[in-house]
Amino acid sequence: MNYSKCRVCGERAIIDLPRHNANFCGEHLLQLCRRQVEKAIHDHDMLSKDDKILVAVSGGKDSLAVWDILLELGYRADGLYIGLGIGEYSDVSGDYTREFAEERGLTLTTIDLRDEYDYDVPTAAKVTKRVPCSACGLSKRHLFDKAALDGGYDVVVTGHNLDDEAAVLFGNALRWDVEYLARQYPVLPARDGFPKKVKPLMRLTEREMAAWCIVRGIDYQVEECPMALGNKHLAYKDALNSIERESPGSKSAFYLEFVDKMSPILAEHRRTTGRELVACTSCGAPTTEPDSGDAPVCAFCRLHDRVSGVEAVPVEMVLNKKARKAYLAAQAAGE
Amino acid sequence: MIVKLRQPKREVTVDGNRTVNQLLDELDMNRESFLVIRNGTLVPGDGRLDDDDTIEIRPVISGG
Repeated sequence: MNYSKCRVCGERAIIDLPRHNANFCGEHLLQLCRRQVEKAIHDHDMLSKDDKILVAVSGGKDSLAVWDILLELGYRADGLYIGLGIGEYSDVSGDYTREFAEERGLTLTTIDLRDEYDYDVPTAAKVTKRVPCSACGLSKRHLFDKAALDGGYDVVVTGHNLDDEAAVLFGNALRWDVEYLARQYPVLPARDGFPKKVKPLMRLTEREMAAWCIVRGIDYQVEECPMALGNKHLAYKDALNSIERESPGSKSAFYLEFVDKMSPILAEHRRTTGRELVACTSCGAPTTEPDSGDAPVCAFCRLHDRVSGVEAVPVEMVLNKKARKAYLAAQAAGE
Repeated sequence: MIVKLRQPKREVTVDGNRTVNQLLDELDMNRESFLVIRNGTLVPGDGRLDDDDTIEIRPVISGG
């Protein structure tokens, strides 16, 4: 019987990667992924073997995969999971994360927003009338930064992959948002009270990361967050995947060439436009000084002040009509 | 063959052998956005699927 063969060893392939114009068996897919992570770490001076690393884990494929790969490569890495209170989605994500850590005897810290800060993401979205992803991102960034500094970690690792970065780049380029384009880089150095943050999966696609987890036997949250359904980020990913299908390699060229060729040009902008930071008078985290002359309070503390103690709002209450219909259908189907 | 899909979770039955890429094309699914799993094992685009297989088509865009 004819079957496609691994480019490296000639054994039966399990995956085709058109951007590499090649098929790979499980073992050599893993080798490819490890090498791409090593290259990203090396080229951008992301990590050293002496670093104490904190991985931001969500229970999704990317964060579990990057934790797995770093451990395989000999790095010291602990995990931090934040329970966001997004109904069953958060419950399942937390279960996958704990299971991963327990099976491997890893150190995992868990923060539950509702238990420790008396709010959750759906409630924050409802009260602030902003998209849920905004309250979610703000909460996660603040708590990961705080945990890293409190725990004496040298660096925070996130599981952002090539598709994530290409989609963000696409959105920023559609608006020629120079501020955001200047800041889009796979390494954010430590500064002014913020820990160093790095994205070792920058050279690997979403499809490759899902395949990593399947080959490695890692169970992960396969469903997309119900609160993200219909957002622009997912639409940009779909658009880029349509281009990728017609022209394999376009996605990686778009993002990686940006990092190589455009980021150095934008570096000067990065250096000259950063605003001076001061300590939040509530929690001490770095924040910008308000133009009004009021005492500086960081965005997290402002959010917390508004939403803390408000009775929990169910997920479906903060979805648009289309997303709510999909969410309720999924619930009815027993997901 | 029985084909398990997600978002929303459902099953469809497809008659006749075909390749992974043919199946994805018929279901109007972009090859870049999905992986196809047969009995727990990944199958590449030109891999043949048989009538008695149970197949999962897994979206790769997922996870916070």
